[in-house]
Amino acid sequence: MAIKPTPTVAVATIVLAGFALLPVYAVLAGDSFVLSLGTRILVMALAAASLNLILGYGGMVSFGHAAYLGVGGYVVGIMAYHGVTSAWVQWPVAILLSAAVALFIGALSLRTRGLYFIMITLAFAQMIYYVGVGLYDYGGDDGLTLNARSDFGGFPSLDDRPQFYYLCFILLVAALYLMKRLVGSRFGQVIRGAKSNDPRMHAIGFPTMRYRLTAFVIAGAVCGLAGVLLANQADFVSPATMHWTRSGDLIVMVVLGGMGSLMGPVYGALTVLALEESLSSLTHYWKIIFGPFLVLVVLFGKGGIAGLIARWERRK
Amino acid sequence: MTGTILSTNGLIKRFGGLLATDNVSLEIATGELHAIIGPNGAGKTTLIRQLSGEMRPTAGSVMLDGQDITAAPMHRRSHMGLARSYQITSIFPDMTARENVALAVQAHDGHSFRFWAPAADDARLAGPALAALDQVGLGARADIPASALSHGEHRQLEIAMALATRPRLLLLDEPMAGMGPDESARMVALLKTLKRSLTIVLIEHDMDAVFQLADRLTVLVYGRAIATGTPEAIRVNREVRQAYLGDGHGG
Ligand SMILES: Nc1ncnc2c1ncn2[C@@H]1O[C@H](COP(=O)(O)OP(=O)(O)O)[C@@H](O)[C@H]1O
Ligand SMILES: [Mg+2]
Repeated sequence: MAIKPTPTVAVATIVLAGFALLPVYAVLAGDSFVLSLGTRILVMALAAASLNLILGYGGMVSFGHAAYLGVGGYVVGIMAYHGVTSAWVQWPVAILLSAAVALFIGALSLRTRGLYFIMITLAFAQMIYYVGVGLYDYGGDDGLTLNARSDFGGFPSLDDRPQFYYLCFILLVAALYLMKRLVGSRFGQVIRGAKSNDPRMHAIGFPTMRYRLTAFVIAGAVCGLAGVLLANQADFVSPATMHWTRSGDLIVMVVLGGMGSLMGPVYGALTVLALEESLSSLTHYWKIIFGPFLVLVVLFGKGGIAGLIARWERRK
Repeated sequence: MTGTILSTNGLIKRFGGLLATDNVSLEIATGELHAIIGPNGAGKTTLIRQLSGEMRPTAGSVMLDGQDITAAPMHRRSHMGLARSYQITSIFPDMTARENVALAVQAHDGHSFRFWAPAADDARLAGPALAALDQVGLGARADIPASALSHGEHRQLEIAMALATRPRLLLLDEPMAGMGPDESARMVALLKTLKRSLTIVLIEHDMDAVFQLADRLTVLVYGRAIATGTPEAIRVNREVRQAYLGDGHGG
């Protein structure tokens, strides 16, 4: 199928091209701060995209998604603490452990619906948060500073800002492509159907639980990878990474960007982090400005930013 | 070959103090169209829910092909050849008519742990889905979002989804409810074709349609099956006339 140059495609292309060119600007302008902000946006977009799979497409309102950011980050931090810095070891362990945690949480929580599901995922995430607080050998409440970034044995080097940035960019684009294939596949149809009308899915012959759980595990694994990147970017991981307010931030990014739209999480992460950056330098009380803005978008911009773009498309 | 495809034995369903299904023992013969009639609130939908597995009975059993399925979940019953339509339309409103039916096809085409190939381009899904839509007269509306279809079309879509699972036994809960006369006539014609190859349990208030279509009828009143027989036998049954047919058709 040929891709039509609709506003949805145009905006996505412009935003992704902007991300691709940001290091060029950073080098020319000698602005290295913008590159570390850009890296953080890419990483949070990756985490939000993973949440979008279950929240946006699957209707599973997980209020504990930041837990996987912490799991991924702590694997990197703890292994580095013990002298294991090879990314080839750290990253698979981080992704697999995040998947295992998601399997555990999902298996116990996906039988519930609505508010119960929100509360149970939140409760599990808080449990993991307190596990982090209790890791006294690894800094406890204060967190753990990475004594070295993950090492690929030369290239790419995470100590090189543009290389690290482009690694995050490539991983995000790859994850978005993965999501695109996933939601369009037979598997994706089951996830969408279970969100839309789960009893009917059972009546036509789908045991939906196993598919929803699989989506939950994939989302956890991808978010674990985001946690790996985030820890490397900050050279630091702490329980605060998985505080429930961080899970709330991820939900805000998905809802603001547009639930169930491929690029929504990217727009959401970009908007939240850019606003946070610009408003917090203006005033300490930036959340007082950001809160109402968010309410307006949710009330009037059904489908978030991606929804606004799609509506503009239909009007033309 | 004839025999019994579905039976219930002493089926009871209580909602608090209310006996919605009161010791119902039914036998549905393979190949027949068996209508279940009765006034509103008689427990017809509750019975269908227990047959399809949406609801567990308080007591009693349900047998399909001589196998006890009382505790079998809905999706397992679907794979055993049982399909149903809902009195209150139950579809996927945010998908097109074709996607609705394609999902039903997909449910019966192996597992769905297929993560890569686009379902939209899958001829194994689209072919049977369009065939089922054509069968119910919705072929021209395949690409319309289900939420934009009319009430009558929703009823047709319900049937198409049930048919797409290629059932042996079809449970239809008031498929003509709220349809205009033309749409109803088309549905009756469709059911006439279907009854040649399927066993059908039909709940319906339209007595003309019921007496045209049914091989046998069961009359349900206050949860109890007060009579079962051919349309002729039911028409002259005193108890039925008093309890039900005498005071007009239910709502
Ligand atoms: N889930 C439920 N909880 C409590 N009462 C119910 C429930 N479902 C149905 N009923 C009651 O059971 C009786 C039978 O309902 P139903 O099976 O829907 O009747 P019908 O389909 O014949 O009109 C009614 O009195 C109804 O109010
Ligand atoms: Mg009913």
